[in-house]
Amino acid sequence: MTDGNDVVLSGSGLTKVFGMGRQRLTAVDHVDISFHKGEISSIVGESGSGKTTLAKMLLGLISVTEGEVYFQGKKRDISTQRKRKEYWKNIQAIFQDPYSSYNIFRKIDTVLLDCIKMRNGNRYSYEEKYELMSEACSFVNLKFEELTNKYPFELSGGQMQRLMIARIFLLKPKILLADEPTSMIDACSRATILDMLMKLRDETGTTLIFITHDIGLAYYVSDSVYIMEHGVMVESGCADDVILNPQKPYTKRLISDVPKIHEEWDLSTVTYK
Amino acid sequence: MSKVMLEVNNLTTKYVTRFHENIYAVDHVSLKVEEGKSVGIAGESGCGKSTLALSLMGYYFPPLHYTSGEIIIDGQNISGMDPDKVRKSILGTEIAYIPQSAMNALNPTRKIIHFIQDVIRAHDPKATKEEIYEMAKERFDLLGLPEKVLNQFPVELSGGMKQRTVIAISVILCPKILIADEPSSALDVTSQKMVIKMLLDLMDHGIIKSMIFITHELPLLYNVTDDIMVMYAGQIVEKATAKEAVFDPIHPYSKGLMGSIIVPESGVRDAKLTAIPGVPPNLKNPPEGCHFAERCKYVQPQCTAQSIELRHLEGDRSYRCIFSEEHLREVYKND
Amino acid sequence: MRNTLRQVFRSGKFVVGFSIFMAMLLLVMIYPLFFKAPPLEIIGEGTFFPPGIYVSTLDAVNSETTYTLHLDDAAAKRLASRLSDEERLDLQEWLVLSGIPEEEIDISNTEELLSLWKSNYEPNQRFPGMTNARMRYFQRLDTSLSGLLSNEGVTISISNAETGDLEEVGSVSPSDYVNVKRVANVRVLPLGTDNFGRDVLTELVKAIQVSLQIGLVAGVIATFIGLIFGLVSGYIGGSTDDSIMFVTNLFTVIPSFVLLILISFSIGQEKRGAFTIAAVIGLTSWVWTARAVRAQVISLRNRDHVNLSKLSGHSIVHIILTDILPYVASYVIMALILQISSAILMEANLSILGLGPRTTEVPTLGLMMNWAMIYQAHILGKWWAYFPVIVSIALISFSLNLMNTGLDQVFNPTLRD
Repeated sequence: MTDGNDVVLSGSGLTKVFGMGRQRLTAVDHVDISFHKGEISSIVGESGSGKTTLAKMLLGLISVTEGEVYFQGKKRDISTQRKRKEYWKNIQAIFQDPYSSYNIFRKIDTVLLDCIKMRNGNRYSYEEKYELMSEACSFVNLKFEELTNKYPFELSGGQMQRLMIARIFLLKPKILLADEPTSMIDACSRATILDMLMKLRDETGTTLIFITHDIGLAYYVSDSVYIMEHGVMVESGCADDVILNPQKPYTKRLISDVPKIHEEWDLSTVTYK
Repeated sequence: MSKVMLEVNNLTTKYVTRFHENIYAVDHVSLKVEEGKSVGIAGESGCGKSTLALSLMGYYFPPLHYTSGEIIIDGQNISGMDPDKVRKSILGTEIAYIPQSAMNALNPTRKIIHFIQDVIRAHDPKATKEEIYEMAKERFDLLGLPEKVLNQFPVELSGGMKQRTVIAISVILCPKILIADEPSSALDVTSQKMVIKMLLDLMDHGIIKSMIFITHELPLLYNVTDDIMVMYAGQIVEKATAKEAVFDPIHPYSKGLMGSIIVPESGVRDAKLTAIPGVPPNLKNPPEGCHFAERCKYVQPQCTAQSIELRHLEGDRSYRCIFSEEHLREVYKND
Repeated sequence: MRNTLRQVFRSGKFVVGFSIFMAMLLLVMIYPLFFKAPPLEIIGEGTFFPPGIYVSTLDAVNSETTYTLHLDDAAAKRLASRLSDEERLDLQEWLVLSGIPEEEIDISNTEELLSLWKSNYEPNQRFPGMTNARMRYFQRLDTSLSGLLSNEGVTISISNAETGDLEEVGSVSPSDYVNVKRVANVRVLPLGTDNFGRDVLTELVKAIQVSLQIGLVAGVIATFIGLIFGLVSGYIGGSTDDSIMFVTNLFTVIPSFVLLILISFSIGQEKRGAFTIAAVIGLTSWVWTARAVRAQVISLRNRDHVNLSKLSGHSIVHIILTDILPYVASYVIMALILQISSAILMEANLSILGLGPRTTEVPTLGLMMNWAMIYQAHILGKWWAYFPVIVSIALISFSLNLMNTGLDQVFNPTLRD
């Protein structure tokens, strides 16, 4: 399954501290994490666990207070805008709220055109660009002719999220970070989004990293699971091991607090605080 | 045969937009809740379940308007009742309602005991502070809430504690029926479990006689309610017991919905999640015939020809589809 | 975009404000096309001519065509206009002193009063307690009243250039009328003149124009500076933010008005043109806009679409211009309107103190107030010199603020009632 040599992204001792003095907040506390090529991982935690901050550090959107990020074995260097642009050719993200992922003043075509530009495709002819955009849209079961020249508010939530995936298809990054990609989508459309992300991994070998609070989703979709609590990595490992055989008390509590349907949901363990 | 606490017959309510368009968010909904039972209403966002909750209270404010139908609470017909009369005699005493994120409705400048005094005094102006305090303390003990909460301000409480407090306050007058609209969606899993336990305790201790639980999270309904009703585009499309609804749904939409449940249990990794393409219909112009037809895998021309009624099966089970149970089970098997 | 415009023009408050403002703008643009007189031209010798229609007496008398009209009340009106209330009371006083009971004297009936006077007045009669001056006053009064009751006309004579004698050239009878349109020189002064003798209405229109220009220039400068500072400090943060905020705080702590006065004073009278004043106001009043824009930008910079823009490799400038600026645009428009309004008021404040633009070049609303104040128009009761100016300032400010409130309700639907 996983080969120690093909670690695409890893972090060691990653720490992020906000504020100074009495208002110091350690959002991420010395976290070690590593992702293998083609692997699907999930970082699971409740709100305030630091998972989104960790994701943003891995993406390079916020600075790292302590620790190092390694990309393809080498220390990551994103000190200049040019280096950042290079890095972002290899790692991209999908965010939770499809409505706020778009600039409401620009047509959706610009989203895809920006991606083509990032792949140095600006000199392509209009037909070539159209071809690329249509292909990307059909990958996510959208028809580009129907969407072209529309503004984001004219699309539904599901369509917008799928278009975000189409954007990833155009960019074909090595790593994709998906931050709660289905929490704002209807239950019936969830499977579609998940299937598309899996297809992305299957066809292009992208490494997927899910950030979620839904442990059921994490179990369904991932090979490896990482559990975070208050900035600390509590437990990690193979999905089956962590979910069906949790070792740490926090993990055990987390799993038992989720309502089940096949197994009994034990309510007697509720202790009032 | 237990007493029927809440009976709703063909309730229809609408929203009227600024441009005078009618949106029938609740379309001829009928349901019955018996004493000692709880009913769950499942559906995705926009199906009308929250509007149904508001309508059940009989407390309408523009742009929400009552169109037709009956609401009978413990034998008393409240549909079309004057809003003031509803407020004085029905809300709080017969029926209680907890909206989504009710915990944010607490005035941050008052202590919790003040809200309880407010509710009790509204119905019994002569109650003294000591009486109220004693009663509140007793009730809080019963529900596992610490007494010190009574003297705290809302900001001093955690999210889960606030939600449980609000639930306790809303049922302080022992209403016959409690309507809870997504009571735990904004909380983390641990607080959610505490809220659910509390709701079950309320039923066990007899503080409330029946409950309607509204949510989009099906595993919760399975563990909390006796019966489940699935709502789609303003209509009830299936009514069954919780077990039947989750493990043996009949209506194609319910089948799709139940097929999209993910829980952290073994076997889930091998299951295939179902997805239903498309989006719910625009209720400004409701489609002719079955509301689900445009997204249904098994649609036939007759589905959109006429309006579809509920089909009743043995027990209290029913579903809204033009096809018979046998036909549907046959097509499901072939999938 | 189109939808927003439709909503904007459907908002009652905006439409009312916009109409008032447009009306003033049109007035300012159309008036000079019809009335080409220079605004600061001194046309009156003397101060504060009241509003009215000024007819050249010579031209009226010398008019070619005279018409004869017989009107019933012409004589009575003539009499009534010649006797002021004060004079009537004086007549009454003398008559009472001469023994006529007060009830019999009706001072409102001019004819009766005058006939009573004529029959009873003794020029040399002295009453106890009456001073010489007073007696002479009554004599003068009597002289001026003679001929009032007569129905004769007046004779026009000019002095002969050679002999110096008066030669009769014509006469004017009491029933002669001229058509004012045929009179050569008629000047309508709806608002009279100010203390220097300038037509207040023409001055006012010009002043509104200049004040609006100053307001616009100052408003645009202030909004522009505020926008740039707000965008940069809000988005980039860090030490850039700290230094810009430091400068902003300086400008906040020092009252802008005091700053304005000091700068204005130090520029000196010579260099204080309207445009310079506008620039000075603009350079000192950007603080509020900068702060407001910065707050908006700070809340925008962590949005998902901005993060995605970064991940797409866009530069900082591109992100600020395409992902942040359009989101604050509605806010900036409202800020601009408020800045224009406050700039106009600021200029008025400065000018009232005498620190506004040069007084000889163009009038501004503040300057007109200043003149009215210095020359004590309010004490003298010459309301036309200051009241229309106040109304103009109020209307401009009111219309701009009303437009702003209307826009606010469109952009922030939660504020709608």
